[in-house]
Amino acid sequence: MNPPVATPFFFYLLSATVLIGGVLVITRKNAVHCALALITALLAQAGLYLMLYAPFVAGVQIILYAGGIMVLFLFVIMLISIERSQKERQFNKQWLIGIAVAAALGGLLIAVYTKGKSLFPEGHLTYAEAGNTQGIADLLYGQYSGTYMFAFEIASLLLLVAIIGAVVMAKKRI
Amino acid sequence: MLHITTLHYLVLGAALFLLGVIGVLTRRNVVVVLMSIELILNAVNLNLVAFSRYWQGIHGATALHGQVFAIFVITDAAAEAAVGLGILIAFFRNKETVNVDEVNLLKW
Amino acid sequence: MHDIVVYIQSYLDPNVKLTPGAAGNWFWATVYILLVFVGLSIAVIAMNWLERKILAHMQVRLGPMRVGPHGLLQPIADALKLLLKEDIMPAEADKLVFWVAPFIVVLAAFTVFVVVPFGPTHAITDMNIGVLFMLGVSSLAVLGIVTAGWASNSHYPLIGALRSSAQMVSYEVAMGLAVVSVILMTSLHGIGLYGVGGPSVADTGTLSMIGIVQAQLEQQEWFIFKFFPLGLIGFFIFAVAMVAETNRAPFDLPEAESELTAGFHTEYSGFRWSLFFLAEYSAMIAVSSIAVTLWLGGWLRPFPNALAGTGWDFFFSLFPGITFLFLGGLCFFSASRMPKHAFFRTQTIGLAGFGATLALIGVVLFFPGVRERVGDIFWFSAKVAAFMYLYIWYRGTFPRYRFDQLMRVGWKVLLPTGFALLILTALLGFVEPPVAAWLRGVL
Repeated sequence: MNPPVATPFFFYLLSATVLIGGVLVITRKNAVHCALALITALLAQAGLYLMLYAPFVAGVQIILYAGGIMVLFLFVIMLISIERSQKERQFNKQWLIGIAVAAALGGLLIAVYTKGKSLFPEGHLTYAEAGNTQGIADLLYGQYSGTYMFAFEIASLLLLVAIIGAVVMAKKRI
Repeated sequence: MLHITTLHYLVLGAALFLLGVIGVLTRRNVVVVLMSIELILNAVNLNLVAFSRYWQGIHGATALHGQVFAIFVITDAAAEAAVGLGILIAFFRNKETVNVDEVNLLKW
Repeated sequence: MHDIVVYIQSYLDPNVKLTPGAAGNWFWATVYILLVFVGLSIAVIAMNWLERKILAHMQVRLGPMRVGPHGLLQPIADALKLLLKEDIMPAEADKLVFWVAPFIVVLAAFTVFVVVPFGPTHAITDMNIGVLFMLGVSSLAVLGIVTAGWASNSHYPLIGALRSSAQMVSYEVAMGLAVVSVILMTSLHGIGLYGVGGPSVADTGTLSMIGIVQAQLEQQEWFIFKFFPLGLIGFFIFAVAMVAETNRAPFDLPEAESELTAGFHTEYSGFRWSLFFLAEYSAMIAVSSIAVTLWLGGWLRPFPNALAGTGWDFFFSLFPGITFLFLGGLCFFSASRMPKHAFFRTQTIGLAGFGATLALIGVVLFFPGVRERVGDIFWFSAKVAAFMYLYIWYRGTFPRYRFDQLMRVGWKVLLPTGFALLILTALLGFVEPPVAAWLRGVL
């Protein structure tokens, strides 16, 4: 097996990119800047998936999230030209309560993680990624192991509904 | 600090989740709120894939349930973003604003 | 120090049959990355010159002739001009986004080459999800184009950017379907009509680029000929979609000079424009590499199984050297036909020198040590070069598609054909082994 190279360095680099991207998303005035920051965060997230030996999920993240959903966001931002909204107030009237709620949630999460730290012992996992796509395909479509076949069909139905819904919503005259 | 464990990924996921929640609760611009929702979904995905790797250590290399779940979450995020942006366009056509707190036609 | 040398040499061991990325050897991975970078830059420069000359000859004119012998130094002159031009930014443009947009496109176009296989171990790395990675990263270029059009803060770039991104997104779907039908073909290892493969070979396909070419080697046919005419239709869908994906004629409405004053890169000048230009040609080479790997057998020489044996191997290994000698001979022939005026002396000497360099490379390619190693890279590059010629040929031949005609072709023609292709491929793949067994029993 090939030992991973410089894992802590890449983990901290990628997680810093994700967090800085997230902070920029929620603080920038210009919506296009927010979208670009989100794209950076999504690409760094794909790198984190690669570090977790999930190459297929990383590929799906790049194609769907960064290459599809964000293009949709950018299109909509440009169609509803919002230069005027850049000069308005950016944060709600109840921003203080919002941050208090988020802080409470953060406190809860910190409590959970400090109490439960011993539940996740990390062995030395060095599984090669050669069979990853095959494994996911087995779980989705396998003859005896295809647990998620029904969910897959429902997801495709959901996408059909979403396509029709988005088209109908955005039309001028139905 | 140097050996990266599952807990590192979980803490990162929690931080992303918090950033997304702050974005949803404090921003006025609808598009930015939708992008914060995407941040939340990404945090969830990171947790799922991190747990899938932890599960692989216990149950063998084919225990990829977390990754399949993450793929489904990404698919659903795409559907939700499309419909949400469609609603935004429909509303923008009526009221010419993209601020969440001006969507108050039903206010008593 | 000795450890470093051992580390470097551990990859050169002939028992190592992996790409540097798969072997975990970061030194050789970096060397390969630099080689791909340099090779790509030379290829883009050569494409620039070739496009202008070939287009000119198709239009019964000569093209650049002055800047070097037969315009060979024209790309260098263009590059110098672009680097020295004034850097203009529109007044109300968003500075950060305006600066970042060309880099996104270049990033997307160059990162794709991490998985392009020039040989069974001549790739930077062999990702498990090779084709998925290439399609995904090349779809990131859309983001760069959309932000470029937006950041220019003017109508024509915005309309051009929206049109260009709508076109690219539409044709990505058709490309994906054609690719999926090929991935299906890689899993058909059962004993088919040629009597090769077999039930002992695991029935799994692969997304890795090297794996796809090896599947073609095992199944003993290029996928363009498999289940004739299905492979050919898939190849045709991909060939049309890849031209639309890279915004080239006849699908170049978003950047046509006579329609939208150069579309999304109207406001870009100098170095930034050259980044878009570089990214466009790199993307062309990248999608041609996908087409060559998936349908035309990648690095395989013609008939690797039917004409096997050391004699045929030797015959086909002479081709690289002969090609370069032929090119050198062309240069010498042109040099001999130059006017015998004192004005042209430097050009004649320059052209003869260039021809001598090419001939020298050709002679070096005949040495036995080099000859065995360079065959894969040569056949891959020759096939990609054929695709580049096809790109230029399309530009010189076809009139431009109007935008609604373009979208109609993408959604109403290519997409249903892709679906039908996928279903028929799956059907034939399922049906072939029993039919082949029955035929062998009958005959």
